Amino acid sequence: MTTSSTSVLFGTIDEVGTALADGSITSLDLTRAVFDHIEAIEPDIHAFIRLNRSDALKTAEEADRRREANASLGLLDGIPISIKDQIITKGLETTAGSKILQGYIPPYDATVVQRLKAAGAIIIGKNNQDEFAMGSSTEYSAYGATSNPYDFSRVPGGSSGGSAAAVAAGAGFASLGTDTGGSIRQPAAFCGVVGVKPTYGRVSRFGSIAFASSLDQIGPITRNVRDAAHVLQVIGGPDPRDSTCRTVPMPDLLSDLEGGPKGLRIGLVKEAFEPDGLAPDIAERVLETANQLEAAGAELVKVSLPSLPHAIAAYYLTATAEASSNLARYDGVRYGQRANMGNARKVDLVDMYNQTRSEGFGPEVKRRILLGTYVLSAGYYDAFYVKAQRIRTLIGRDFQRAFEHCDALCLPTSPVAPFAQGERTSDPLQMYLADIYTIACNLARVCAVSVPAGLDAKGLPVGVQFICNHLQEPMLLRVARACEVQTGGYCPPAPVQGLVTEGP
Amino acid sequence: MPISRKDVEHVAKLARLQLTAAEVEQMTRELGTVLDYVARLDSLDLDTIDPDFYEESESLPQRDDVPEDSLTQVDALKNAPDDDGCFFIVPRVV
Repeated sequence: MTTSSTSVLFGTIDEVGTALADGSITSLDLTRAVFDHIEAIEPDIHAFIRLNRSDALKTAEEADRRREANASLGLLDGIPISIKDQIITKGLETTAGSKILQGYIPPYDATVVQRLKAAGAIIIGKNNQDEFAMGSSTEYSAYGATSNPYDFSRVPGGSSGGSAAAVAAGAGFASLGTDTGGSIRQPAAFCGVVGVKPTYGRVSRFGSIAFASSLDQIGPITRNVRDAAHVLQVIGGPDPRDSTCRTVPMPDLLSDLEGGPKGLRIGLVKEAFEPDGLAPDIAERVLETANQLEAAGAELVKVSLPSLPHAIAAYYLTATAEASSNLARYDGVRYGQRANMGNARKVDLVDMYNQTRSEGFGPEVKRRILLGTYVLSAGYYDAFYVKAQRIRTLIGRDFQRAFEHCDALCLPTSPVAPFAQGERTSDPLQMYLADIYTIACNLARVCAVSVPAGLDAKGLPVGVQFICNHLQEPMLLRVARACEVQTGGYCPPAPVQGLVTEGP
Repeated sequence: MPISRKDVEHVAKLARLQLTAAEVEQMTRELGTVLDYVARLDSLDLDTIDPDFYEESESLPQRDDVPEDSLTQVDALKNAPDDDGCFFIVPRVV
């Protein structure tokens, strides 16, 4: 590649796909350029836990050979993509950001990874994240924090902060994240990129390390809406290996994508603009975006989600209960780290469990395991877990009622702008409360997207969120695309461009 | 406080986590704050509302019961902290 073409690294899948197809670049040169770029920015961003350089260059050569032989596998063939460390990759160490899984080499690929590889995508590495996806800032990784590409002293959001930071910083053309309570959408908003949480069951969870099984979904993080459609098209659809995966086929996500805002009914959620914690310039940006859509032909309607204020409590009961059960598997027996117990003859199995888990898990994971164990413990199951599932019914009904009046809901993705590193780690509840706008979707299993909506007064990205009903991803992406046209969407972060003096 | 030190020590035992005295102190405080917040749900009358479990929203399909290749013993043992080529090795149980 020439020096002038480093800008291709900040481009879209369609642009680079065209360049690969017409032979103006090769996948090998492109992949090399991505790794050179990563080398330049990683000391400041730290979006990756692990790089997959030699394997990626090898698969890039294979992609080039396929293209020469007119046997390309499609648009994603030869395109560098990264994967959150929560998602397992055959032969490539996967830790979910935890010390307890250090050294774990998965013996198989997650379904989504298998599908990306079958489409020819180049897996460049594993993205940093909060340990086991528990966090909203990527500060709870056992492998160090990730920085926001727009301001290195601030967090990229989380838990998929490494994925969002990598994509925003031009390190790969897409990433897969996981979203249990906003872990794709909130970092996408903080890093000025697009993040999609599909309908529960739209994308297979096989090979996604389980956090809260009734809430987890895998989805794409990309620089524009069209790229998200390309990636979701490949990774989604039925999978016999995940019985919670819906059996309906994934519809064509591109045919309605440019449908535009005319005739769309956008619901502004009354309760979403009420919380005290909502930053005024975020509220302003979101309302301005809605007004732009209205001016372009959409209809704005007012809707209500009366149970929204109960969502955080219901979420943290559900998610911690399920996590305490899912994380019981880390016992130092079958995989991952085992505490060094010496040769003491008195050591028994339970001692080993205790020590392994105490050394292997970080503070936030321990906090959630303890809360979840308490919530599920004798006498409390009905008072906590079942109660949370009743709230879930109410929230689901709220959404169904709202969707009688509109095609998509519009609200902020996060009530706050990207905050400074270390600012919120001392107060877990404050960190949880910032998830107010994202968690209701996971509880109701509906699909949602965060779209870049410009910058706030400090020059930090603001995300606007749209939510559509179950399996309405074509509508969701159409609305997101219409929004992106109005807001201008992604713009490369100036601090990162400052790091890249001259290209390869 | 809605949760006592004793409660925290009890659930830590159930969860196979060993906490230092300082950790017990900290967790008691932090879990207390979260449980205080969660207590807001107590004022809601939810008795007539059914819990929303996924099984009710869509039947969970099962694949046909046809044997297929799965992990080999060698692959299954590859990540074990301790094994003898056939079994996972653990410290004494009794």
